Amino acid sequence: MSLFDKFKPIVDIRAELAKLGVMPFGAVTEKLLSSTEAIVNGHKVILAGTNNYLGLTFDPQCIAAAKQAVEEQGTGTTGSRMANGTFAEHIKLEQELAAFFDRRHAIVFSTGYAATMGMASTLAGPGDVIVLDADSHASIYDGVRMSGAEVIRFRHSDAGDLEKRLRRLGERTANTLIIVEGIYSMLGDPAPLADIAAVKRECGGMLLVDEAHSLGMLGAHGRGVAEAAGVEADVDFVVGTFSKSLGAIGGYCVSNHPELEAIRFGIRSYIFTASPSPSVIASTRVALRLMQERPELREHLWNNAQRLYDGLEQLGFQVSPQVSPVVAVTIKDRNQAIAWWNQLLQRGAYVNLVMPPASPTSDSLLRCSVSAAHTTEQIDRIIDAFATLQPTSMAAAD
Amino acid sequence: MPDYNDFLSRIYEILKPFAKHGRILNEQSELVTELGLTSLQVMELIEQIEDHFDISVPLNILPDIRTIRDLALQLEKLTN
Repeated sequence: MSLFDKFKPIVDIRAELAKLGVMPFGAVTEKLLSSTEAIVNGHKVILAGTNNYLGLTFDPQCIAAAKQAVEEQGTGTTGSRMANGTFAEHIKLEQELAAFFDRRHAIVFSTGYAATMGMASTLAGPGDVIVLDADSHASIYDGVRMSGAEVIRFRHSDAGDLEKRLRRLGERTANTLIIVEGIYSMLGDPAPLADIAAVKRECGGMLLVDEAHSLGMLGAHGRGVAEAAGVEADVDFVVGTFSKSLGAIGGYCVSNHPELEAIRFGIRSYIFTASPSPSVIASTRVALRLMQERPELREHLWNNAQRLYDGLEQLGFQVSPQVSPVVAVTIKDRNQAIAWWNQLLQRGAYVNLVMPPASPTSDSLLRCSVSAAHTTEQIDRIIDAFATLQPTSMAAAD
Repeated sequence: MPDYNDFLSRIYEILKPFAKHGRILNEQSELVTELGLTSLQVMELIEQIEDHFDISVPLNILPDIRTIRDLALQLEKLTN
């Protein structure tokens, strides 16, 4: 027995892929041509597997703000928010996030992972209960495992199953945290938040919603699924990230509970890491403003999503259950998915290859995500690349 | 309240499809290394038990479960 024995399945699949000359995990972006095109593993491709939903990564105003911040404040803060790492701009971003979400309190984290994991691991502790959606992101699972709370799963997006589990808890719902996502990252399906909120009102508990993939996409102001469902008042905590629609890196939690200001100092992923770099905060602040000033970005995004979804569906692919900026094609055979991922790359479309256990079922996914910055012509080229795919074996992969 | 044997017989019932090639399930059968359950299948097993006995099984008990016996014991502990 060795420490390394447990990594054998990963070693094996890496060897298998290397033999075939396919590198789907850790594909190298050698040169970015724009927010939607790049050279990846030597191929010029349309980027259809990023989370750059609003296409703001190359926005001139975001870039100018980041440059200015580097020049004025340096490349990094070199310290924790609790020590030397709180700059005036961190506070301003927290105030702007609170205002945007119409909440009283906000915390900014260094990554989305740190935000979600940190909140999940800190809000509930030993003696408390966490009831989470079975398809929750790894950052949520990591957090709840660290929390020391009793952790119960409910079936994905099944408000009835959530209700059953809360009823079984009886009075313990008083110290129960319910965790769901707004839009689920793999298939792009939105949570039935109106139903979930109704169950919460009926049975008790606090509700945390991860809007990582829904910020800027849904709701009258772009606040996410909770706003679109009209249940923001039932959501105690909203967490999310700057690394998707806001085109940077970092995370946040907003809430009306004044306790958030005390909770902040109990979150290890907030305290024991350096605060976000000045350039990141600067571009995020601009992106947050642009997201509000340019509702047309959302309109482009959804038009693109609809076009890609319809196109792939018409080709006969098994697409996600409903249209969203994440359009995932389900493929039963893992080797088929690998071969097709490789063919798509060579034919000018970069998408994400997702295999179990990262996919929510035993199937594999070719996960596409669209951007407001994609042109109609680019969306059509992605569809055209899919149209060339034929059932094939790995040996036949180009 | 269901006891150890109630849980045991239900687990055997659910895991029947995994008793391939004439293998006979017993309390020492290991769920992952012997019967070949994936993590997804372990969760489906738990969900079926939850539905049948109208209980919620915390994920916290999973690290202590390797065999059918481990699972039945944990379920008994949970409900009694």
